[in-house]
This record gives sequence, C-alpha cells and structure tokens, in this order.
Amino acid sequence: MAPRPFHVRRIGRETHDTATLELEPVDGAEGVVFAPGQFNMLYLFGLGEVPISISSDPAAPRGLAHTVRAVGAITTALCRLRRGAVVGVRGPFGSAWPLDGLAGGDVVIVAGGIGLAPLRPVLCRLLAERDRYGRIALLYGARTPADLLYARDLARWRGRFDMQIEVAVDAAAPEAAWRGDVGVVTTLIPRAGFDVAETTVLTCGPGVMMRFTIDALLRRGLAPDRIYLSMERNMKCAIGLCGHCQFGPTFVCKDGPVYRYDRIATLLKVREV
Amino acid sequence: MAGLESPMATRLTMDGLRALFEALRRRGFRLVGPTVQDGAIVYGELQSPADLPVGWTDEQDGGTYRLKRRDDQALFGYAVGPHSWKKFLFPPATRLWQARRTENGGFAFQEETEAPPRFAFIGVRSCELHAIAVQDRVFLQGKHVDPTYQARREQAFIVAVNCGQAGGTCFCVSMKTGPKAVFGFDLALTEILEGGRHQFVVEVGSARGAEVLREIPHEAAAAEDLAAAQRAVDRAAGQMGRTMDTTDIKELLYRNYEHPRWDQVAARCLTCANCTMVCPTCFCSTVEDTADLTGEHAERWRRWDSCFTMDFSYLHGGNVRSSAKSRYRQWMTHKLATWIDQFGTSGCVGCGRCITWCPVGIDITEELRAIRASESPAPSAHAQEAKDADT
Amino acid sequence: MQTLEAVLADHPFFRGLPPEDLRLIAGCGSNVPFQAGEYMFREGDPSDRFYLIRHGRVALEVASPERGRMTIATLGAGDLLGWSWLVPPYTKRSDARAIDLTRTTAFDGACIRRKCETDPRLGYELLKRFAQIIGERLHATRLQLLDVYGTRE
Repeated sequence: MAPRPFHVRRIGRETHDTATLELEPVDGAEGVVFAPGQFNMLYLFGLGEVPISISSDPAAPRGLAHTVRAVGAITTALCRLRRGAVVGVRGPFGSAWPLDGLAGGDVVIVAGGIGLAPLRPVLCRLLAERDRYGRIALLYGARTPADLLYARDLARWRGRFDMQIEVAVDAAAPEAAWRGDVGVVTTLIPRAGFDVAETTVLTCGPGVMMRFTIDALLRRGLAPDRIYLSMERNMKCAIGLCGHCQFGPTFVCKDGPVYRYDRIATLLKVREV
Repeated sequence: MAGLESPMATRLTMDGLRALFEALRRRGFRLVGPTVQDGAIVYGELQSPADLPVGWTDEQDGGTYRLKRRDDQALFGYAVGPHSWKKFLFPPATRLWQARRTENGGFAFQEETEAPPRFAFIGVRSCELHAIAVQDRVFLQGKHVDPTYQARREQAFIVAVNCGQAGGTCFCVSMKTGPKAVFGFDLALTEILEGGRHQFVVEVGSARGAEVLREIPHEAAAAEDLAAAQRAVDRAAGQMGRTMDTTDIKELLYRNYEHPRWDQVAARCLTCANCTMVCPTCFCSTVEDTADLTGEHAERWRRWDSCFTMDFSYLHGGNVRSSAKSRYRQWMTHKLATWIDQFGTSGCVGCGRCITWCPVGIDITEELRAIRASESPAPSAHAQEAKDADT
Repeated sequence: MQTLEAVLADHPFFRGLPPEDLRLIAGCGSNVPFQAGEYMFREGDPSDRFYLIRHGRVALEVASPERGRMTIATLGAGDLLGWSWLVPPYTKRSDARAIDLTRTTAFDGACIRRKCETDPRLGYELLKRFAQIIGERLHATRLQLLDVYGTRE
C-alpha cells in the first residue's frame, strides 16, 4: 500500500537535533485516527521511509504530529523540511498503550530522551479525562537541559495541581543555569512515592534506560504485569511481512511496539536476540 | 495418508505427458519446472518434457552438489536443487509502486496494474507443496495479505511429482512433509520406469486438474502400476539422508538461547546467506526507495533479504544482531521454533537445501541434535504470551 | 510528632537494626536546617557528619576553574548524604549545596565511628548499608557516563 501525501503545516524545533512536524492531509482528506503508542511510516520522495511514533493528541486526528530526531539520512532530511513540504504517511501501525485498563488506578510514566514522544499522546488522553485516574506522575530524564522536549507542555503540566512531574538531566553545564535535578531518571522513582498495588508504569526510552528503570521498579515491589514498555527495531514494511523487526516470536511492528513487560521478560535478558 | 488406490488414479504415457504440457500451454499457462543449467537442476521455462533433466540425477551432501548421469532416461530422477517455487510466487525483485512529483512539491502514486503471470509448476515435490503452504500462511493468512503473492498463487497450476528416490540431504520423513504428495496439487505424477515401461501414474487433486486430464490421452491405472508407484515412494522414504527429532523442538530451542553450540557454529558460519536464499520458506524482504536522476520519478521495490546480512537489524548507531552467532541463532530458532508461534507450523520442510548449499556444510539437523544432546538448564526465553492479541 | 528513633526505624536504610543501635544512632543525631543556596560542606572538608535529608533538595557539585560549578547528582527527601565519614581518609569528595530550604538530621559520624571500633558488629551493619548506597550511586553515575540518550555515529 502506498503512502498518503500530507503537508507540513508547521515544524517546531525542540532541540538541536529534534523537531516536531505537524502534518495535515493534502486534499483535505480525513486525518489519521490512532491509539497512543502507535506509529506511522513517514516517507520522503525518492529517499525512503522511517517509523516514527505519533506524538500528537489522539482526540485531534487532523492535528497529526511526529517528533523526529535526526539520527540518519531520512530523519535528518525530515528535520530540515520547511512548511508546505509534502511527506508520505503510511499507518497507523502497532500496538497501543493499555489506556482502558488504567482507569481507576495510578499511572506513572517514565520517559527518557525521545521516549517521551510516544508517551505524549497518553498524557493528552489522561489529562483530558483526569477524573478517571488516580495519581498521575511523569518522570522524565534527558541528557542535558537543552535536550528536554515539549518545553511548553512541561511548563503547562507543572502548572497543574493534579499531576506530579519530576525531571532530571544526566549532566548540566553551569552555563545552562539548570535549577532542576541532575542524575539518571531512575533516581526519580523513589520520588514518585507510588502505591505499588495501584500503579501501572508506562516507560519508553533507550533500551539501557528502560532496563534499569524496570529493574528499579521491580525492586520496589511493582508486579511485572503492571509495567509496559515501547520497543523499537529495524522496520521496512511495518505490516509483519518483511521480517526485519522480529524480536523472538514477535514482530515489533504488529505485536509491539508496546509490550507488557512480563510477556517478554526472559527474552529481554538475552543479548542480541 | 491417501493410498494410490483412489478411483481417480490414471496412467499417462510419454505421449500423454507431452499432451499435458500442450494442454496447459493452450490454457495460457507459462510452464516452469526443473531443467539443467550451469551444472545444476534449477527451475526455468519448459517447452516440452524434453527440457526436463532427462537421465540426470544429483548427488547431494553437506556443502556438496553434483549432477551425474543416470543409466536410464528418468525425467524426475533427482531431488531438489538450489531454486524453489518461491522465486515465482514471491519474486526476488518486485516493484510495489511508482510515484511522480506534482506541482507544489507533492507527489502522486501509481499502483502496479500489470497482469500477474499464470504459471504452471511442473514437478513440485511434496516437501515443496508443504513449503508453499507455509508461505501461504505468511503471505495470505495474516492481517495484511501480500497482493503480489496472492495474485500469482491463485492462478498457479500445480503438477506435483512423487519422489522415487531421496536426495542426500533430505529429511521430509522426519518433518512429515513427504515423500508422497497428499494435498495442494492439481495433478500428481509418479514416474514408473520398470521392465521397459516408462509411464506416469496420475492422481487428480482438484476440479481444475480433472478438467485438464480429460483433455489428454490417458487410461486407468492397473493395480500393478499403483503398486509400482507405492514402491517408488516407499523406496524414497527409506533413503532419507538426514533425520530430525522434532520432539518438543520449540521449547528446546527457547530453553537454549545461551547454549555454547551457537558459538561453535558461529566459528564456521560465513553469514553468506546461501541458506536463506535456497530455503523454500524464508520470506524476509527489504524495501528500496529510488528516484531517477531528474528527481521527478520515484519507485519502491521489494527485494529478497536475509537475516544473515550485517545490517538486517540495524537500529540507529548499530546492529542489534552484530555477531555471526546471534544471526545464525536467529535463523535456526526462527525456522524451527518461533515460526511455530508465529504461523502455527514449523518453518522447515526437510528439503535439505540449506545443508547442501552451505559452503561449509553446516547441517541444521546436526546442530539441533548437538543442542538436544547437551542441554544446559536455563529459564525458557518463552514469549508465547507475547503472541496473545489482547492488550 | 515522631521521635528520631521512630523515624529511623521506619526508614528503609536503617531497617533491621536492633533498637539499641537505633537509640545510639538517634542519640548522635540533631536537626540541622540549611537555607536555599547554603553549602552543607565543601570538597576537602574533614568528614565527620552524615545526613538524612528530611525535606528539600541537595546538589552534589564539583568545581573546576574553567567550567565553574557542575552538579553531578541531586539528592532529595529520604536520601542519605555522606559515606566518607565511615571510611578513610574521612574527607569529603565533593561540595554539597542546598538547592531549596533543606531540613536534615545530621549525625555525628566521628562519635558513631568510635562506637564501631569497639563494636565491630555495629560497624559491619553500617558498612553493609552504606556500601549499598555507594554501589547504587556508582551504578547511577555509570549510567550517566554511558550517555544513553546520545547518538552513536
């Protein structure tokens, strides 16, 4: 199936190597209806496709947005697009964060770096129906203060009285005048003070970060079936046919990218699988 | 297993076989099947039975393949070669779509409209019928159906052949995929070459097959023909070059991700990807996006790929499976274990091609045997639950 | 309002210590507040005190002439601050600055150290616990060093 053309309505620089593309369908066709956690394949004419998580509000299908980090040829080209450029969109693909099951309980979101992007739609949904949930906390780690995404959202979320938000950076140069915490995101976990019996944790970030986050959560007594993570693998077709994204018996493009931790716990411990 | 005593069993002479080729060609099929080329028996275009490897056989073993002359004129007296039918159903290179730039920097897509070729496969072995069925599950029975495979598969006419002798690396008996063809064909032939006779017992497998048979000269098969056909199949079954014990095979491999045997095979494996190219069920592909020099016209192509390539699992900054060990383990564990969780059957049909065409003769049956023989206790890397659809 | 002993008994770090030990340690403790921006100690200071942070945040810093002050870690309520009092050379290895108004319970490390010399069992219990903290801090520091959010070229 071929990509659908979308215009870049706006491109916002998040950090020196990350930008958020806001896309709207060419020809006014309907937007993309997606569930938080899903991704699209973004296509640049003649160059190729990359899988990028959707980071916009799921309640606004016409306000589709993707936060892209420039790590290769296509993502670098995506970050350099101007307003009006046309991007092909194929999707949405993949499994979603288990939002329906979270109602009535506490939710802790642990995000590292660009891992906040696929979790942003979750926060949009949770905060839009705030009464359905107990405590909500966001623990967010990044490399340096300059690498923090969604500065406006962070400021807005900090201004709410019904949500806890803790941010830590790995390193802060004195010039950054950072008044927040310095340390890895796992050090924020004790800060969240959550009730393990009521809490579900959603986490996304670099593999190492997720592994140590989960380790810290398990040691605090959180049950393995209350942790969800979002994985990534090389993808070409995004529809479970090319074989590239296999992770054990699962295809990350359709059985993931969101997985419940206990279902893949042993596989995660095998190196190079 | 359906015996050859079915009322549908008939008999063809060589003339009848020639007529069968003609009848299929009249119906607009492109006949493809085994033919000698470049020192091997490969699948190519066939005009008549004379294009088949008449009087040829093959000698196969780990990393070895040689053609040899027979002392008779058998048309199907050999096992399978480096090609499989996937080259027709799942072509090595397929254009998925074309696109051209429009004004305002946009682009318009053009889906492929070319009519798919109508193939008649001549000489499909039982293991290959199973391999086609395995790929049917991959390409036709998932959430996304592959249109290229579907179009070619629907039209393909299949003339199967029951093996009268086994190849040196065959193990279809272990995998319960042969040597007798029991499903998936329009017509199935068993070559009888005894006491001066050269004939073919025919079994009909579909209404389409029955129609074609009615158009060509044939006669009822006598009891001795059926007995000879059964003897041929039994002979093949008794000659298997390899065996594979599939008891508990999925759990066995899930338990042994860290088995030292993987290091041992990695020391031999060249990651040349031959096994994946010749394997009739391997389905990995890649997608290539290209543009012409003017930048006005773009295409997307799907090409065969292999999990053995260095950057198959590339994720920004590195490869998830960079060691040869992890790549060999991925291939073998996928073929024999995770495939079962993904598609409900084994990915292996016991054809032996990977053993024959491995330049260093790595033998999948031997690797499995070695792991089974010296298991180390470890928790099972069982991701069965991850296959559950909910959440 | 809880007694210090009760606070310690509740705290995961001191859990498992017999009541006499908790009494002894509590007896060596006193409430010490720090204003926002105030330095609790400096690199090179003799290390005779350790702190239980009750409220607020503390930045561990290293100063360098070219780059000024750099925060290497932030500690918060419930964290133990200071392990160098227990092992030679008993010298602080970094600066500690209260970021916000910070209330701590400060413990007289020198006194507890003397008790440990005569009661090695207590020494071992404390060393076990502090070794765990040092291990966690080392592990976290390594993760920071790994620069997991950086891109590999």
